[in-house]
Amino acid sequence: MKQLKIGILAYHGDVEEHLEAAKNAAKKLKQNIEVIPVRIKEDIINLAGLIIPGGESTTLYKLCQREGIFEQIKQVKNIFGTCAGAIMLAKTVDNKTPDQKTLELMDIEIDRNAYGRQNDSFETEIKTELGNIKAVFIRAPRIKSVGKNIKVLAKNQDEVIACEQRINGNYYLALCFHPELTTTIFHEYFIKKIAGTFNLILTLDS
Amino acid sequence: MYKNKFKQTKGTFRLKSGLAQMLKGGVIMDVTTAAQAKIAEEAGAVAVMALERVPSDIRAAGGVARMADPTRIIEIQQSVTIPVMAKCRIGHFVEAQVLQALEVDFIDESEVLTVADEQFHINKSEFTTPFVCGARDLGEALRRIEEGAAMIRTKGEAGSGNIVEATRHIRALQSGILELQNFLKRNNQKKLREKAVEYKVSIDLIRKVAKLGRLPVVNFAAGGIATPADAAFCMQLGVDGVFVGSGIFKSSSPTKMAKAIVDSVAHFSEPLKIAQASKNLGEAMVGQEISTLTTRLSQRGI
Repeated sequence: MKQLKIGILAYHGDVEEHLEAAKNAAKKLKQNIEVIPVRIKEDIINLAGLIIPGGESTTLYKLCQREGIFEQIKQVKNIFGTCAGAIMLAKTVDNKTPDQKTLELMDIEIDRNAYGRQNDSFETEIKTELGNIKAVFIRAPRIKSVGKNIKVLAKNQDEVIACEQRINGNYYLALCFHPELTTTIFHEYFIKKIAGTFNLILTLDS
Repeated sequence: MYKNKFKQTKGTFRLKSGLAQMLKGGVIMDVTTAAQAKIAEEAGAVAVMALERVPSDIRAAGGVARMADPTRIIEIQQSVTIPVMAKCRIGHFVEAQVLQALEVDFIDESEVLTVADEQFHINKSEFTTPFVCGARDLGEALRRIEEGAAMIRTKGEAGSGNIVEATRHIRALQSGILELQNFLKRNNQKKLREKAVEYKVSIDLIRKVAKLGRLPVVNFAAGGIATPADAAFCMQLGVDGVFVGSGIFKSSSPTKMAKAIVDSVAHFSEPLKIAQASKNLGEAMVGQEISTLTTRLSQRGI
């Protein structure tokens, strides 16, 4: 069986935390998955999935654009974005800078820094489709509305904070918080979804 | 069905150090006006430091340097969407309270400003806003962390345009950590305890660093970075990101220099990319030989 390769967009943000979380998730699922940092075009070839980390979405966009990989990223079949990564996935973004673009892959409307400045950052327990976890929101974006093809995975109060979309054989997962700082369950979930896309059967032992 | 009835907590150490984690691999730029802040954001800076004067001007002006005028900070906050940091004097907890009230995203308790308390740094754990502090070696870094700093940067020599001090501090920090790792490897608890006494920090923190093999918080380089190659040099030496103070807006073309430094940090291990970024930037800021400086900012607040 060919080894699956997952990339982490590695210009900036909490890249190491995602590398670590993805590797641990693969280990838990007993999957032999290669996790690599992604910076140049060659890194994207043959990626089964891409994770876009937390950071500043304006910076992430600019660096992708300057490197000429912005359009190429859209070819990756499975993409998982946390915080800034979720902004990168959204079709509609409020409060973006004039020169900022996003991948526009997911049918969601998201508001940058909607909870306020760092003093308003918060952590809380949340109930998700995958179980209860501690969630960390750092200058987090707010998902204002979701399209009808979006499946909601978690809410905080009445707001969507985790959701997924399967479209034309592609799979996207967007989270407003940072699972990479507290848990591997979303990384495990993403790996299972990737395996699904590639028609692989994972032997799971929980 | 997913309705969340759990309580929200703010200002925890995880949130404070978490913001620093999100800044990794990025460039934080000193700015003094809204126009400069916009240039920084457009270049791809991950945050800006709002100041009245960049360090080289503070150095030239002499006298007492204090926290910036709130008007200046607010103007900069309103002009960009990325995090805004601001500096307070070492030990001056009221300046820090003011900056927290202004909702800056990070407070830099900085040796670039004049020291307000020669005995105590700010008790940073009491604040909900995260703090970054300068350090020249492992002892200084650990004292600041124990006081509640959520991020460390080298002091370097701010406003000098000379990278040598930042290099010294990065290396000193690393050799300090290596020493602790070696004590732990040989299970030399006595030496570890001695280090805790020498650094004036808890043995728990010493053991944690020895085990991790790095600081428990994000560590940036600062003080003297003037070119894309300087920035990539610090990254290759092992820091998590860079602060650029006077290096951008004291160069002959700040817009180009800002973008070039961002690009070279993002691709810090690719010499060809650094070469590309370094082309046609005009004049870098004027650098100074450290031995000719009358004021050594890095010796403030140890």
